[in-house]
Amino acid sequence: MLTSRKYLTRSARFAAVAAIAVASTFGVAAQATDITGAGSSFVYPVMSKWSAAYAEKTGNHLNYQSVGSGAGIAQIKEGTIDFGASDAPMKAEDLQKYGLGQFPIVVGGIVPVVNITGVQADQIKLDGVTLADIFLGKITNWNDPKIAALNAGLTLPAGKITVVHRSDGSGTSFNFTNYLSKVNPEWASKIKFGTAVEWPTGVGGKGNEGVSQYVRQIKGSIGYVEYAYAVKNKLAWVDLKNASGNFMKPSADAFAAAAATADWASAKDFNLIMTNAPGAQAWPITATTWMIMYKTPKNAGNSKVAFDFFKYALENGQKAASDLDYVPLPAPLVSKIEAYWASEYKH
Amino acid sequence: MPANQAALPIDILEQRSHRDARHERLFRWLLKGCALIVLASLLGAAGATLWGGREAFSAFGWHFLVSSAWDPGNDVYGAVVPVYGTIATSLIALLIAVPISFGIAVYLSEVAPAWLRTPVASAIELLAGIPSIIYGMWGLFVFAPFFANHIKPWLTNNLGNKPDDGKLSWVAEHVPFVGKLFGSDYPFGASILVAGIVLAVMIIPFISSVMREVFQTVPTRLKESAYALGSSTWEVSWDIVLPYTRSAVIGGIFLGLGRALGETMAVTFVLGNAMHLSASLLDPGASIASTIANQFSEATGLQKSSLMALAFLLFVVTFVVLLIARLMLRQLARKEGR
Repeated sequence: MLTSRKYLTRSARFAAVAAIAVASTFGVAAQATDITGAGSSFVYPVMSKWSAAYAEKTGNHLNYQSVGSGAGIAQIKEGTIDFGASDAPMKAEDLQKYGLGQFPIVVGGIVPVVNITGVQADQIKLDGVTLADIFLGKITNWNDPKIAALNAGLTLPAGKITVVHRSDGSGTSFNFTNYLSKVNPEWASKIKFGTAVEWPTGVGGKGNEGVSQYVRQIKGSIGYVEYAYAVKNKLAWVDLKNASGNFMKPSADAFAAAAATADWASAKDFNLIMTNAPGAQAWPITATTWMIMYKTPKNAGNSKVAFDFFKYALENGQKAASDLDYVPLPAPLVSKIEAYWASEYKH
Repeated sequence: MPANQAALPIDILEQRSHRDARHERLFRWLLKGCALIVLASLLGAAGATLWGGREAFSAFGWHFLVSSAWDPGNDVYGAVVPVYGTIATSLIALLIAVPISFGIAVYLSEVAPAWLRTPVASAIELLAGIPSIIYGMWGLFVFAPFFANHIKPWLTNNLGNKPDDGKLSWVAEHVPFVGKLFGSDYPFGASILVAGIVLAVMIIPFISSVMREVFQTVPTRLKESAYALGSSTWEVSWDIVLPYTRSAVIGGIFLGLGRALGETMAVTFVLGNAMHLSASLLDPGASIASTIANQFSEATGLQKSSLMALAFLLFVVTFVVLLIARLMLRQLARKEGR
């Protein structure tokens, strides 16, 4: 049995520890809000950069999990995250059913890349129909007359074409196959478009990294990657003919032209896939990622911080996005988005 | 002890024996619980995948097991390509790994000088500890290009039915199946054979360490008597050591096979991920684990259900393989009169 003096000292110590613990929780409660998002891996690099800058500015942290668009949509439907990020827009009925709204955040380009001996970036030209025929397996050799017809003045070696596609489901594949469906009716009827399709030929690499690696290793291969990967890995990209008939080389300006000339006005909830945009200087395979949030937020505090983050990203995050080879949204589109926030979302 | 016990009153002795009996029962229940947890997890996992795949099984029925389609656009799925890829890569891995592991185990237990045994054994155990994604990266960046540039052309030209110069070799013409197995249109390294070789390197440490441990338990008297009668090292290993340790060796082989069947990342990197059924070992393919790893995060609806159904089929394949192992062991034991 403890003597009364020992008991008092023990209870005094316990009280002191408890008081410190309670006091420290007040400190924690006064700390900033943490918000969570999940989804597309396409935007993960720029999300990390923006969230680091935003945390420095306001002290609020964003925790973004790059788990794939499908998983992001599933999680926002369950309400376990504050916003979802998807490379494919959600349909109007789905948005209606769950009370969600969506808006684009950043634009990126998808470029076909080749590995042909003696061919450098911007030297080879293709159009949508030929590109789709190559991916359908109908054109199997680099000296096929259809390719030569588009490339007068470039001698292509006679070699087998190896198609490299994505083995995993991805937004990059979604936008690429969407473009092929728009320009080649055979592709549209046989293969259609989606995050994963039944590729008629070729080998599958995991992620943009896997495709880049295969294209680098295999002579005579053609694949498709995000522009940032083509630049960093110094792959030879292909000039594509856009809807206006001009052969464009991929660049930030070409992607911006596509985003600017796409018909956003008639798209409810920004449900518009930008491939094959009509602009004269537009790059034909331009993609965006949509942020999906509840119109009536489940957690008002977090939702407010999330909108503040997106406002920061849209208005101040341009340089960060361009450094990573993404394209910030053009100003008219940004104003449309902010008007959409004001009208659709309850703050 | 007895003197002390005689000095204690009877009721304390009774208390102690009741307490001991209680502790004994508790301990047995604890052990049973551990075994039951394992069984429950296994049944739970199999049941969860079966439940998740019910949509696919009800949509396709038995056709799921024989269809080689995999079309997310039109929502038609079949299990043949992944199942074939899993079985083919694991078989190739076993064919390569088992003789090499046997050689390593015999070398370490019979032939190697005592000072060499521990370093080599530790090196092999280090191999077992390397994460599988490192094997995948090694396969993708180092081995697959080397294979594509140096080994594959030789194989397609000398054994395949689609050689570069158009002239079939004698072997490809006269030996059945060889031409189809080694013919390939593609110049790249990712293929079933390469995946099988990478898997073999991954499972050698497991099989060889089990074999080595078990070879060391063979009574020295048996081996020494065989040596005394004039047997060579090969005869002792094949006729004395291996029969003595047969069931443990088969257990080790199936441990390695289990790893090969379920291996995900290493195979995803080097298998090529083409959902086409091809007779050639030099063409890319797909395995169950790699298909699930690639497509699960973006899959919804019927595609997700088909992937769960594939996971259930992996359970079935593993179960069938273990069943074959048990039957084989029983046959061999019966032949020995046990």
